[in-house]
Amino acid sequence: MTPDMKGFLLFSAIKLIVIFTALLVGVALITLMERKVAGLIQNRPGPNRAGPGGLLQPVADGIKNFIKEETRPAGATGALFMLAPVLSFVPAVMLLAVIPLAAPLPLDLDWNLPLIGAVSYHGALPISVADLPIGFLFVLAISSLGVYGIALAGWSSNSKYSLLGGLRASAQMISYEVAMGLSLIPILLLTGNVSFSEIVRAQQDGLWFIGPLFLSFFVFLVAGFAETNRLPFDLPEAEAELVAGYHSEYSAMKFSMFMIAEFAHVVTIAAMVATLFFGGWDIPFTDWDEQGGALQTIATHAMFFSKMFFWIFFVMWIRWTLPRFRYDQLMALGWKVMLPLALVYIMVIAGSIWAADHLLGWGAPRPLSFFLVGVNLIVGWLVFFVLDRGRVIRGSDRRMRGAIAADAAAGG
Amino acid sequence: MSRLVEMQLSTPGVDRRGEIRQVPLGVQRRPSESVHNDFGAEHMLVNIGPQHPATHGVLRLVVELDGETVKRVIPHIGYLHSGFEKLGEYRHYNQIIPLTDRTDYLSPMANNVGFALAVEALLGIEVTERCRLLRVIACELSRIISHLVWAGTTGIDLGAMTPFLWMFEQRERVYNLQEAWTGARLTTSMTRVGGLMADIPDGWEKGLREFLREFPRTLREVDTMFSRNGIWVGRTQGVGVISAADAINFSLSGPMLRASGVAYDVRKDRPYLGYDEFDFDVPVGEHGDIYDRYIVRLEEMFQSVRILEQAIDRLRPGPINVADPRVVLPGKSAAMSDMEAMIFHFKQVMEGVRPPAGEVYFGVENPKGELGYYLVSDGSAKPVRWRIRPPSFLNLAALPQLCEGALLSDVIAINASVDIVMGEIDR
Repeated sequence: MTPDMKGFLLFSAIKLIVIFTALLVGVALITLMERKVAGLIQNRPGPNRAGPGGLLQPVADGIKNFIKEETRPAGATGALFMLAPVLSFVPAVMLLAVIPLAAPLPLDLDWNLPLIGAVSYHGALPISVADLPIGFLFVLAISSLGVYGIALAGWSSNSKYSLLGGLRASAQMISYEVAMGLSLIPILLLTGNVSFSEIVRAQQDGLWFIGPLFLSFFVFLVAGFAETNRLPFDLPEAEAELVAGYHSEYSAMKFSMFMIAEFAHVVTIAAMVATLFFGGWDIPFTDWDEQGGALQTIATHAMFFSKMFFWIFFVMWIRWTLPRFRYDQLMALGWKVMLPLALVYIMVIAGSIWAADHLLGWGAPRPLSFFLVGVNLIVGWLVFFVLDRGRVIRGSDRRMRGAIAADAAAGG
Repeated sequence: MSRLVEMQLSTPGVDRRGEIRQVPLGVQRRPSESVHNDFGAEHMLVNIGPQHPATHGVLRLVVELDGETVKRVIPHIGYLHSGFEKLGEYRHYNQIIPLTDRTDYLSPMANNVGFALAVEALLGIEVTERCRLLRVIACELSRIISHLVWAGTTGIDLGAMTPFLWMFEQRERVYNLQEAWTGARLTTSMTRVGGLMADIPDGWEKGLREFLREFPRTLREVDTMFSRNGIWVGRTQGVGVISAADAINFSLSGPMLRASGVAYDVRKDRPYLGYDEFDFDVPVGEHGDIYDRYIVRLEEMFQSVRILEQAIDRLRPGPINVADPRVVLPGKSAAMSDMEAMIFHFKQVMEGVRPPAGEVYFGVENPKGELGYYLVSDGSAKPVRWRIRPPSFLNLAALPQLCEGALLSDVIAINASVDIVMGEIDR
């Protein structure tokens, strides 16, 4: 094995260990954060007994889940019942592997380590477990595997609540996956690449894609909520209806694995939104971060982390604010609104890029981006204020506006 | 043809060979149909409750589903049966009041008032001015806390947990007031025949005024969160609709009836406690769906605040009990020093209040609808028959029709919108 090869393997192993440890610890802390955010919104302190400010609450929860009894309902399909949490957990933690967490770290070293021997690394070290060239295709592919875990959990539990939860989850995830995949096509059109590091670079050259591809962002965010099975799309585990949905019959660590999977999905969606639409690790209004160096890596990581953190917070904020959709409304939103919207948007963006390139001559990244921002303002206005008012969700507040108008007419 | 369902009492629902055990639902025609495998059948039966996060107590709904569409809902009640009505036949009138706490336990003070009014109608006595106003305050505070629980739990059933806690924060303040007045947070037992258990303590009025000042703000926040929220509107408008005619035929009352467009409120139509002197509006819906029930209840809370403000402004010092020693216990010091008072005290404790022979029905507007107490007296100190007309029970009867053709999620929402309390249904 060549020293270069050894270096690649060594650093990959280090990144693997560090990032997954950070993810799992982070997920534990996010459960705490969720409860603190809930407390903040609901005028209450949230967990504050275990450790300073409740900091050890995840540890307490973890211990509790470890020592709880593992129950298995009579009539459950044994092997699948065991396998389902794993199938749900593994894809969820795999997703973060491809996301660049910071600017690449330029390394130039030849070490001679005990046991391993000569190790060398020359060039930029990408700060992600694997900077896969297939980028977000990997994420889409792996995240759709998660549905197997949920569907199997629902089916193998031998419970009607679980079954309905599993069915809802499968239908929901498959529907929204389509919209999610299509919402990413405009990014592909604009960058010509699916790799995350290329997408980040394209945003540094142009603008953050939140501007030029606003509707993509919108569709992606909504689909992301649906993918994570969280409110307002938490029908698979709709507490009031299905008790706990597909994981009603699970206890102890098997239940924990579903929870970890859900929170890992939240982290991934937040990281994806930050990377795809908010410039990833890019620090705005400066080129300093692109020059490479240890300091830049740390600074860009802090930047990335704060963006991701905001979106995690955003997901929680929504959860504690909105009620839940009904199943048919959810499907209608996915197939009748999100999917056509994503499809038409692809056409609009493709047409705009062609027009900017060939008719207006604004093919360079910056002018093209500004041109697309303009296009988005028009399309966004059309979608949100002309097409959609009171239509996505049947009824909306039309009745109320009617009543107000009637009141005004009656002179009241 | 009798349809077959999974046997509901066998815990796992599976026999030794792993076959699902089934019993017929409804009338069984031929014994040969009694056991067979139902896998080929199109409909699924889901058992919601009695232990379920969204059945508001121990209600059990057997829901027959075609996919997620509800074909039939069968409510099963009786899991909280306590025999209050029968117990009442062995109690003095004043001893029944603690039982009324436990019927609709979300508005105990209003139940106490209703019962006291029924007995007073039997006796033909009028309570004092201060007692009347204090009872109005008790009723309206009960309405507020009951509607707060309703709106909060309905929010939870539809997935919005946050307003629940905001409302419970306010409800907690009413409970503190309740505790300061009656010494209990839940089982208040605050009325007596002919008066009240106790007058309000010092500083209580100030606490109530403070609550009335701050409470509407929370209500307006909830209004912001729900009334124009697209998801909330989509989940509630046009769901669980009942027409005005049907609502009357089902004998619905309270917000359930008014949301369908029938302006019937006992406080306005058969005024008691001098409600006709108060300036308040009765909100009436027009569509009879969950959304209108929500709007009606929300507005009723604002109206209750109005009534409370007027009542507290009119409150003057004075006696809280009627000056009739055959009805009301004499004061402790009087009983210890005055011979006559001691005799009355003895008679009261040993024999209780003795209304004349006869019967009475007295309906009051409780938060959930018209609460009626029907009493039959043979002239003794205990009623021969005590019958409650529980609004929840009659409102629940409409549930199967409301749910027909809805989705499973709607069943939960509709059930929440009916606003039931099992203590009152099973009584």
